[in-house]
Amino acid sequence: MGKDQILVRVRDLHKVFHRGSERIDVLQGLNLEVPRGDFLAFMGPSGSGKTTLLNLIAGLDRPTQGAIDVDGQRIDQMSEADLARWRARHTGFVFQLYNLLPVLTAERNVELPLLLTPLSRAERKRHVQTALSVVGLADRAQHYPRQLSGGQEQRVAIARAIVADPTLLLCDEPTGDLDRKSEDEILDLLQALHREYGKTVLMVTHDPHAAARAQRILYLNKGTLSAEPIE
Amino acid sequence: MRFWPLLWSSLWRKKVRTTFTLLSILVAFLLYGYLAAVNKGFSLGINTGADRLFLRHKVSLSILLPESYLGRIGATPGVVDVVHATWFAGIYQEPKNIFPQLPVDPERYLRLYPEFLLPEDQKQAWFADRTGAVAGRTLVEKFGWRIGDRIPLVSPWRKQDGTSTWEFTLRGIYDGAAEATDTRQFLFHYDYFEEARMFGKGMVGWYIIRIHDPKRAAEMAQRLDSNFANSFHETKTMTEKALVQGFARQIGDIGTIIGAILTAVFFTILLVAGNTMMQSVRERTAELAVLKTIGFSNHLVLTLVLTESLLLAGLGGVVGLGLAYWAIERGDPTGGVLPVFFFPPNDIVLGGVIMVALGLATGILPALQAMRLRVVDAIRRA
Repeated sequence: MGKDQILVRVRDLHKVFHRGSERIDVLQGLNLEVPRGDFLAFMGPSGSGKTTLLNLIAGLDRPTQGAIDVDGQRIDQMSEADLARWRARHTGFVFQLYNLLPVLTAERNVELPLLLTPLSRAERKRHVQTALSVVGLADRAQHYPRQLSGGQEQRVAIARAIVADPTLLLCDEPTGDLDRKSEDEILDLLQALHREYGKTVLMVTHDPHAAARAQRILYLNKGTLSAEPIE
Repeated sequence: MRFWPLLWSSLWRKKVRTTFTLLSILVAFLLYGYLAAVNKGFSLGINTGADRLFLRHKVSLSILLPESYLGRIGATPGVVDVVHATWFAGIYQEPKNIFPQLPVDPERYLRLYPEFLLPEDQKQAWFADRTGAVAGRTLVEKFGWRIGDRIPLVSPWRKQDGTSTWEFTLRGIYDGAAEATDTRQFLFHYDYFEEARMFGKGMVGWYIIRIHDPKRAAEMAQRLDSNFANSFHETKTMTEKALVQGFARQIGDIGTIIGAILTAVFFTILLVAGNTMMQSVRERTAELAVLKTIGFSNHLVLTLVLTESLLLAGLGGVVGLGLAYWAIERGDPTGGVLPVFFFPPNDIVLGGVIMVALGLATGILPALQAMRLRVVDAIRRA
């Protein structure tokens, strides 16, 4: 695979947490390559480091050791300010609990990433309408999160994640708080974003049903990755 | 402006709490503005008339001085001009209608008080009419007088015919050159007063003296008093500023009292508004983490929280000062005891500075807390 086709390259990644005097090696020399346009699911037991890995690739946390290269940029060496700018431009993040701002309408929630761009009010509005249309909620633009179902809230959260057209879409247990019907809707949507819009999607899940929708699955256990589930 | 909807929505996250906090700030600034006007009323003249001295009897302002002092004072080196005035203590219609009424030498008096602005034709009409008088705009508006009106005043100064009612014709209305100028005085001819009064002839209340060099006011006061030392009518000379401060201190140190009240009020508001902001940010830990995940930098988050705090203080402050302005415009609460009652521009500016300081002081801690928030910790806690 050509060098420019690899979007995410992780080399010898270590992440150590300290709880009191206890040292916890969550990631131990992990290596990973994610091609552009991939839909990759990370699976593994609780505490295996799935979310930690996703946070590191999203630039939300810093590795103890190792290198993370996204689209040719070493994000582990960036300053806090540069990293914030990089996140605004390159990542869209979907949380398990949606994490919409309850005081803002769906439209205003989706608009948030665009506030960091030089787009005009009219341009922002157009982008927001497009993103809400992609997730099938154009008619809910003026609704507040409390007026939406869980599935709809997560779709708004996905619209917020894609509105600025990020390089990477990172999803942390995106269906973990949903019923089966809503889960399927969200997974359909993620698949559509991958297939129709060519988005590179990294998804953390403990649900095999959700993971099955991904193009490929990697398993995390004891701080390392493997292509096969570990018994 | 692009962050305005986010700021505004965040501010009203808890409507009841924000409303109560805003009301607290509003009341504090309303009190501040109103007391600033009261303080100004008590300290009228403290910052004006720096080149004017006030000479009275050494024992008391109520003991009269000989009119003959005028020449000796005027001949004292360093004196530019001098005029005398006397307290007439008249009542207009009802005992509550008391205001300063002074028999003076019109030309000299207007020279000493150039801040009293009188149209030339009215000035000449007053000079020409022995029983004519002029009054300040505030007084005229209060009683609805018009030029040419006959104004009777009942005074403890009896006339030679045994009556106490003195009649004057209003010949002019003066305005103040500055907002702080006293426009409640009623001035009339000393000659008319001197000729008609039954007793006290040749005696006047006090002298107002313009000196050449205001920096030498203390030295001049000493020199003037030494002119009359060991006489039957010894004098005490002071600056107008000291005189007004002395009057105010008879009631109490108004400035200190008002300062103490406002300090207590603003300290309380600091705690109330600070607590509101701390709570508000604590409740929004996950939301702030989301903003940072999206790409909001630490400094932008700090700026947003500080701006929200400034908005809270600014909203309450502007409405509070506005209400204070409205209340002050409705008039002096003492019914005319205060010589002036207005919102001093300096205090409006200071109010704005206090607003900003309050906003920064109440917002800085929660803003720093928000800035230092680590996304992964915040999301995990949420």
